[in-house]
Amino acid sequence: MTNAQSSTLSHIRYVLSENPVTLGAALLFAAYAAMALFGPLIAPFDPLASDTARALQAPDWRHWFGTDQLGRDILSRVIVAARVDIGIALASVALVFAAGGLAGLAAGFFGGWIDAVIGRIADTIMAFPLFVLAMGIVAALGNTIPNIVLATAIINFPLYARVARAETLTRREAGFVDAARLSGHRDGALLLTQVLPNIMPIMVVQMSLTMGYAILNAAGLSFIGLGVRPPTAEWGIMVAEGAGFIVSGEWWIALFPGATLMLAVFCFNLLGDGLRDIVDPRRRT
Amino acid sequence: MKRRTFIKAAAGAAALATPAIRSAAAQTAPTRNETLIVVQEYGPNSLDMQGIGSAQPVNGVSLNCYDTLLRFKRVPFAEGTMTHDLLNYDPALAESWQIASDGMSCTFKLRENARFHSKRPVTAKDVKWSMDRAVSIGGFATTQMAAGSLEKPEQFVAVDDKTFRIDFLRRDKLTMPNLGVTIPFVFDSETAIANSGGDPWAKDYLKNNIAGSGAFKVESWKPGTETIYVRNDDWACGPLPQLRRVIARDIPSPSTRRALIERGDADMSYGLPPKDFKDLAEAGKVRVAAVPVPNAIWYVALNAANPPFNDVRLRQAIAWAIPYEKIMSAALFGRGVPMWGGPEKIGKIGWPVPSHYSANIEKAKAMVAAVTGGTTISTSLLFDAGSATIAEPMAVLVQESLAQIGIKVELNKIPGANFRGELNKKTAPMVINRFGGWLDWPDYFFFWNYHGKNSIFNVASYQNKEMDALIDGARFATDPATYETQVRGFLQMGMDEVPMIPVCQPFHDVAMQKNIGGYTYWPCREPDFRFLTKGA
Amino acid sequence: MRAILLRFAGALPTLCGVVVVTFLLTRVLPGDTATYFAGPTASAESIAQIKASLGLDLPLTEQFRRYVVALVHGDLGMSLTTGQPVLTELINRLPASAELTLCGLFLAIGIALPLGVFAAVRQGSVIDHACRIVATAGVSLPVFFTGLLLVYIFYFILGWMPAPLGRLDAFASAPPAVTGFYLIDTLLARDTETFRAAAAQIVLPAGTLALFALAPIARITRASMLAVLGSEFIRTARASGLSGPTVVLTYALRNALLPVVTVLGMVFSFLLGANVLVEKVFAWPGIGSYAVEALIASDFAPVQGFVLTMAILYVLLNLGIDLLNRAIDPRARRGA
Repeated sequence: MTNAQSSTLSHIRYVLSENPVTLGAALLFAAYAAMALFGPLIAPFDPLASDTARALQAPDWRHWFGTDQLGRDILSRVIVAARVDIGIALASVALVFAAGGLAGLAAGFFGGWIDAVIGRIADTIMAFPLFVLAMGIVAALGNTIPNIVLATAIINFPLYARVARAETLTRREAGFVDAARLSGHRDGALLLTQVLPNIMPIMVVQMSLTMGYAILNAAGLSFIGLGVRPPTAEWGIMVAEGAGFIVSGEWWIALFPGATLMLAVFCFNLLGDGLRDIVDPRRRT
Repeated sequence: MKRRTFIKAAAGAAALATPAIRSAAAQTAPTRNETLIVVQEYGPNSLDMQGIGSAQPVNGVSLNCYDTLLRFKRVPFAEGTMTHDLLNYDPALAESWQIASDGMSCTFKLRENARFHSKRPVTAKDVKWSMDRAVSIGGFATTQMAAGSLEKPEQFVAVDDKTFRIDFLRRDKLTMPNLGVTIPFVFDSETAIANSGGDPWAKDYLKNNIAGSGAFKVESWKPGTETIYVRNDDWACGPLPQLRRVIARDIPSPSTRRALIERGDADMSYGLPPKDFKDLAEAGKVRVAAVPVPNAIWYVALNAANPPFNDVRLRQAIAWAIPYEKIMSAALFGRGVPMWGGPEKIGKIGWPVPSHYSANIEKAKAMVAAVTGGTTISTSLLFDAGSATIAEPMAVLVQESLAQIGIKVELNKIPGANFRGELNKKTAPMVINRFGGWLDWPDYFFFWNYHGKNSIFNVASYQNKEMDALIDGARFATDPATYETQVRGFLQMGMDEVPMIPVCQPFHDVAMQKNIGGYTYWPCREPDFRFLTKGA
Repeated sequence: MRAILLRFAGALPTLCGVVVVTFLLTRVLPGDTATYFAGPTASAESIAQIKASLGLDLPLTEQFRRYVVALVHGDLGMSLTTGQPVLTELINRLPASAELTLCGLFLAIGIALPLGVFAAVRQGSVIDHACRIVATAGVSLPVFFTGLLLVYIFYFILGWMPAPLGRLDAFASAPPAVTGFYLIDTLLARDTETFRAAAAQIVLPAGTLALFALAPIARITRASMLAVLGSEFIRTARASGLSGPTVVLTYALRNALLPVVTVLGMVFSFLLGANVLVEKVFAWPGIGSYAVEALIASDFAPVQGFVLTMAILYVLLNLGIDLLNRAIDPRARRGA
């Protein structure tokens, strides 16, 4: 066991040293995590406090990222928004992991009608233009954070269900499952104790990859006007608001939240790639 | 040598011939100077302004492609900008008219030479059919006609081919002005009926086709993309427009609309955010025609029928807590007329007039504390997502201010499709909205917004018998002195009771290139191509 | 032939699911359509009148029955916002979306394919990392932000690109419709001037879309190339003295293309749905912007029509890819 652990560690070390990009992404991720956790403490100003006398000011020493239409400090808003955005992404990914992952697990393990039904549901969702489906769900249920989370989870469902199903299929007849079955484990227990832990790594990679997509999706909804409520700071809304000011020359309003958003998605994507290299050396390409 | 001369001569002949060909071509293809490019957020969803569900831009179709009996007189407003006079009229399809000595009817003489696009002469029969249609078709057209006491087909009489009479139901000062708006326009009734497919009002046909006599025809209409208008060279109701072709493109992104006008790729840009109009006006490269929208205000309504704002003291406290200056600079960028800080007692009558409130947080705080004893009130504030450019920063500022006086506000941005539904429920505690009537009379505004009849626009659900009596008194007052007392009465009551807190009177802004002249502001706010000129 | 029919029949439940879900979703949209279209100053009676004329006062099951009956007759209903039949509008607008998406896709292929090949050939090199970063950065950008930025830089600041006025600038007129694709129709009409105008209009939106499509194509090209390069027959080819470029371009690439084609199909269908935001930014008169506007206005019919069209396209596309795969690779016949 210790041997295996140390080999995993050395593998991680090997991957990171071989792949400086992943290392960079990991560091960036730590920075975002810190922003999400301690945002309100780090922010130099109150992200909601307006100061119309200082509205639309270009970046300077007082306001590093400038101020917006109402004179709010953009840096503070960008920092505080990390919790909202990463929160939405994490929650939706957790939700779809629970729903899609388990559904895929069951579909792959039991096959038969369970597989057929879950496959049909996934097919139906896939046949929708996904962004419009998310828009429809949020518009129908109301633009609140839980509904944005739900919509994002639903459009990612087929992906999770399929990956989980495929992974389960390859492991269903594996030796360790047979062994457990022989030692008298029931199917349900078998599924949760033997198969699930084995497909976990690949699911974690999937989660990292879809985190970025979830953030983009929420930002897109904000752009259409279906985002979180004002005056909450959220990257997508800030970009959408700032978009109207690009042509008039106040580029900083959209640029900084946009760059922060982009970097976050970028970081999750690179991290996902890196994680895949670590957990699944077979697929390392 | 000889040969060269010949070539020269031939070249000369060709050179002589070219201008002739050019001018012939000009007859068929309008030049860039005769072509106007307008960019707007969205275009018409129908070609029939009387039809149900017609959107705002359809007013423009009515204005340019159809004629009314009379037009409001154009009066100069500022350099390059004209506005209109609701009480004086220019002849349009009617070359003259006479109000009967008893003041209970008006007889119109139609223009002899007026013809529809189909070449048919315009007759009184067409006018009657069109008026009958407007009062019978239902929806907005019928309501608007009723606003001027035009309610029944029996009121409209085709006396002979060129004589038309309207019988009044009552003496209503809004009747004549209401004939100049974009609803009572005249259709070619024969063409419409011939294509109606059995529908008495030819709704489907007229939605997709123009059957009018107006200065422009619609050459092509791609809903959601563009509308192309071409001049009707036989137009009889005014001087022939200089523009021969107008291309109206739908460009949803306001940034793009600004970029287009700034770079000179569009001649006229409609509906930009106030920030852009401010920048453009200051930069001075293009002209911004700014007219304060008559009869209109941005306001904060407080639900006077339900707690907590059924307590007038709380409403007044909020009126003292609105951050007016901040809203004016950060939400409207100065594109409006302040409607606060006026005298305690109403001075000159009219609408809108400034309230006597101004931002005074300490005073407001004390007033709220006197009512609540220090407990926090939680409430919510609604606004239309469609007007979020202005309403949202306004709402955020109001929210921030009210937090300081112990009122916690949750903001509720309602998608456009649902906003009217929410207003109809009459339960929203606070609403930020804008209202303006086409017919610029104080009693008209108060009738819709403060009357106990409780229309959808009485957003505050304000009910007060005294108020109703004052409004009704003013609407049908016959002598100026009574009218003034009544108006002064309801204006004062409106300010003291503040179910609606006036914030500002917005500008109607349009950006255009400097070589565009003759811009006219009409009640419907759509561009009128008939009087526009385009210089080199 | 039987296989095709079977596949198609297999897709029917999916399409039914789409129809039911869209119907329900549009009915729970909060907008009160009748109130919205009754206009301001509407009385309760006129709202009720409109409700009745739109059939909105009927029970949900009856509304659904009517919807399905109309659907069977090829009637997708009327859009209230544009006042036109949905089917006509979708047919008019589909070519615009398809042209934009295809241009974006070709642009993406043009960049991603060489990038992927290079990355595979020089695995672990600077190019490999650059490929990964460029591709990942592409998918990390919110498309509406990229679009606005491109408009700002290339149109507003530099003036290299024409005004983002849609498919053609205001003075050009559309070519006679043959395919609906302006780039093809103008060439058919031998109208090079309009062709140039149309091409100039499509560069920025297609570029924005292409950025988004880079990543999946570059990744799959790289992965598939690596797999092929490591295989027996390439080693044999190398051993028998064939030069590097010949091996890579003629043998390896050709064999690596199959998974790339499969991914292209998916990317196409994804882009067609995802370009709603790009269409909005560039005033592109496609079906995506049509659907978005309708959704915001709670205008059911266009949303239902759009979703249904996309679902049918999706099914057809999958079918097409399937058939293509069978044609190219006999092994796939057994698999499916």
